[in-house]
Amino acid sequence: MDFINSHILTLMTFLPVAGAAIILMMPSGRDNLVKTIAAVASFLPVLLAVQLWFLYDRTVAGVNVASQFQFVEHYRWIPSINVEYFLGADGISMPMIMLTTIVSFLAVVGSWGIEKQIKGYMALILLLETGMMGVFCALDFFLFYVFWEVMLLPMYFLIGIWGGPRREYAAIKFFLYTLLGSVLMLLVMLALYFNTTNPETGGHTFNMLHYMQQSTHNGWLKGFDIRILLFLGLFIGFAIKVPLFPFHTWLPDAHVEAPTAISVILAGILLKMGTYGLMRISFPMFPDVTKWFVIPMAVLGAINIVYGALCAMAQSDLKKLVAYSSVSHMGFCLLGMAALTPAGMVGASFQMFSHGMITSMLFFLVGVIYDRAHHRDIDGFGGLGAVVPVYTFFITVAFFASLGLPGFSGFVAEAMVFIGSFSVFRTIVMISASGIIIVAAFHLWALQRVFLGPLNPKYAQLEEINSREIFCLAPLALMTLILGVYPMPVLNLMSASLNHLVDVVNMVI
Amino acid sequence: MPLGNLASLRYFLPELAITATILLLVVLHVVGRNRRSPEAAILALVGTGMALWVAWMTPAGEGIGLFEGMVVLDGFAVFFKVLTALATAIVIFMSIDCYELTDRTQAEYYLFLLSVLLGMFLLSSASDIVMLYLALELVSIPSYLLAGYLKGKASSTEASMKYVVYGATASGVMIYGFSLLYGMTGSTQISEIGRVLTLGTAPLPAMLAAVMVTVGFGYKIAAVPFHMWSPDVYEGAPTPVTAFLSVGPKAAGFAVLVRFFYTVFASPDGADGMWKLSSSVDWPFLFAVLSAVTMTVGNLVAINQRNVKRLLAYSSIAHAGYMLMGFVLLTTVGLKAILFYLVVYLFMNLGAFYVVVLVANGSRSEDISYFSGLGSRAPFAAVSLAIFLFALTGIPPFSGFIGKVYLFAEVINRGVYWLALVAALNSVISLYYYARIVKVMFLEDPTQAGDLPLALVPRVMLAILVVPTLLLGIYWEPVIRVTEASVRILTH
Repeated sequence: MDFINSHILTLMTFLPVAGAAIILMMPSGRDNLVKTIAAVASFLPVLLAVQLWFLYDRTVAGVNVASQFQFVEHYRWIPSINVEYFLGADGISMPMIMLTTIVSFLAVVGSWGIEKQIKGYMALILLLETGMMGVFCALDFFLFYVFWEVMLLPMYFLIGIWGGPRREYAAIKFFLYTLLGSVLMLLVMLALYFNTTNPETGGHTFNMLHYMQQSTHNGWLKGFDIRILLFLGLFIGFAIKVPLFPFHTWLPDAHVEAPTAISVILAGILLKMGTYGLMRISFPMFPDVTKWFVIPMAVLGAINIVYGALCAMAQSDLKKLVAYSSVSHMGFCLLGMAALTPAGMVGASFQMFSHGMITSMLFFLVGVIYDRAHHRDIDGFGGLGAVVPVYTFFITVAFFASLGLPGFSGFVAEAMVFIGSFSVFRTIVMISASGIIIVAAFHLWALQRVFLGPLNPKYAQLEEINSREIFCLAPLALMTLILGVYPMPVLNLMSASLNHLVDVVNMVI
Repeated sequence: MPLGNLASLRYFLPELAITATILLLVVLHVVGRNRRSPEAAILALVGTGMALWVAWMTPAGEGIGLFEGMVVLDGFAVFFKVLTALATAIVIFMSIDCYELTDRTQAEYYLFLLSVLLGMFLLSSASDIVMLYLALELVSIPSYLLAGYLKGKASSTEASMKYVVYGATASGVMIYGFSLLYGMTGSTQISEIGRVLTLGTAPLPAMLAAVMVTVGFGYKIAAVPFHMWSPDVYEGAPTPVTAFLSVGPKAAGFAVLVRFFYTVFASPDGADGMWKLSSSVDWPFLFAVLSAVTMTVGNLVAINQRNVKRLLAYSSIAHAGYMLMGFVLLTTVGLKAILFYLVVYLFMNLGAFYVVVLVANGSRSEDISYFSGLGSRAPFAAVSLAIFLFALTGIPPFSGFIGKVYLFAEVINRGVYWLALVAALNSVISLYYYARIVKVMFLEDPTQAGDLPLALVPRVMLAILVVPTLLLGIYWEPVIRVTEASVRILTH
């Protein structure tokens, strides 16, 4: 037990890839065994996440204080250039770690129906989970970068091999966009490395927490122009991942072509890495530039909200609609963060968690109907509510949660974002608020076209949602509902750290 | 003081081992009647292995001048000897399996290979411009023969012809540059030339000499604009030869480039691993531009290639561009980055070519269409090739990423930001064409029927190349230590 508690983050990160290794060594033809192993390898991190939940001390902040990080594992990796294996969790990463384990496990279960090369599929999805967990746990920039890039390979293959008709185009587009962002991040990382000194050893360092102490920066790195450039380099890397307008064009392609479970992971977890990176790296490292850049960030957030919603409204493909709704929802995160107020920051982080669950539900649900009808054209259905009432119930819950109905977690998050940012930028928030109406409009309109009205006789025999699919949806729906009524469990997890982060950026301390 | 001829011999054992093997191969070629005799390959392998082992074991210490100063033995030379011998050994294995060579593999093929190896050994340790020129020709001339080894194949003959013409021109220009240096300084010893140049000379002849020598070396490492020969030669030559040329002579070219320029046109500056220019010739800037142009041209042209061999040829041009970044910085760390990159490049590039050989054995062609569906026809080979290609792109957790990190890091540390940005964008471009091969292998259905079985030897060889590519991406400290010990260049 001691071993588990002291290496819990390592175990959560590498158990999935160990499962992948076992799967790859299995003889072909044992598909059920492969699926079981994958399910176990992704369920063990969920158990560990529960353990983490109970052990986590909610009173300390972390962020830039090394001593306040929890579950820390700190070893030398490559001494000659001071690369360290440094994992730890605080209130910024905890919700994301929880989300990653849950969504990954559900994605594995949701992939039960895959028939093509199941071995490779499961191995890649587990490798992907390792990459994602690593990104959220790493406190060494080099390690962070390696995990960040490790995700690209499985994602490329998962979209490219198991995706839809235009999968090759979507996969390479995703890959190229993200790599472009990553190489900029790499250059910034190296520039930071050479211009900071580890206060303990006097050498250069990749330790993120050292970067956050302005005293470790040398004269070059203190120049404001340089800091702006470095900040923007990181920002573009993260913005591509979020994705922020105008870097969002890879997202609809990737989502539409990716298989259901991969869309779930993509929207549920991968998009959050961009905003997570801003909170974890950009904000505390460059508080001065962050403050200088708040207006552009808020404007970009508002554009995402309104533009994403308008694009979603124009879609006839149900999956593309959900994809653009993600663009819109991620805008809220940015708007909340840009406000640099406790409420805004907590709202943004809660939106990341909440959107992770809601959008996962939506993509699962779209996948369910696509499996049965083999198309996703919104106008091609009609009156399905009478045929598949259980399915309709779930999609209604998901849609209402997504459009921000009070009682669901999405409402809490968006309300907090607006509360936190209204006093800071009034006009921008008022414009963004119009996005809410558009979001509601396209959700309701889609709901109406697909499930209400006269029944399309083609789908009179449509198969009802099955128990495995309900198994994937029910926990998410339940959590959305519970957190909508009583969000404190998650808010408690992050508030200490995020309040501290706001103070760090505002340079109160 | 350099040692005399007889005293030098005991430090010259690796070269002697190769020479002895070459002589034995000549005998074997004369007496051997069976064209497919495996003895030649085994003999060549043993000779290369011995040379590798002895070279590794030879104590270089602080560096010794040999043969009255014609060659030196220092950590730098030992590093390149081991590297090129390793490349040669792998290429010998590759040649055994290659369909293009099965009917023709005779002792003479290995004889040429080992002659090139001997040339590379001398090239990486030459410290006298006459010796340097002879070593360069010893590398080049058997290379021409190897490129044209497929006598019946028009493209192979064309490759050889082109190679000769370009090679002759480049060496001609280079030796003209040497003569200028000799005229200015009155010495053929590169350390002496460097010493005289620091005293101050007319800038124009020095500049001319630097540019002319650059032509010769640039040709050897296939830097743009001296790369014209390489795509045709790489495409026409038998694939193992192509793999060999893209790694071995390229590495030796880097060795001589570094030794020559860092001795003649630069000198150590203080103790902290910095160098300063000895004359007014600003060659680092010249090479920085060459580096940027080389990687960009290599990558952009590679995008449109359909022949995988030719694609890899252009990619290896781009990689020469990346490595040149380490050369222009005038720091020990920059050189270390080149050495490290050469190690990872050896495995990933030879590995990629090795899979091309294996695929072409079945299809008799290197066209990209024959790679379609390889993921299901030969999963091990396909996964290996994917790993090599992603390593070449520079994506973690593969070794190529670490190599690039070291190069980028020193470029940024020295403040050459524009070059770092060009290189970073080039990495993104290169992903496009490397991923195209991966796409064809895994995302498309096979056009060829049936599995592509691999024999035991290719499997083992592939594993030998894959493991370092993976391992050096995760833990590379030991190799960095080796490169640290190897950047000592004897300059006096």
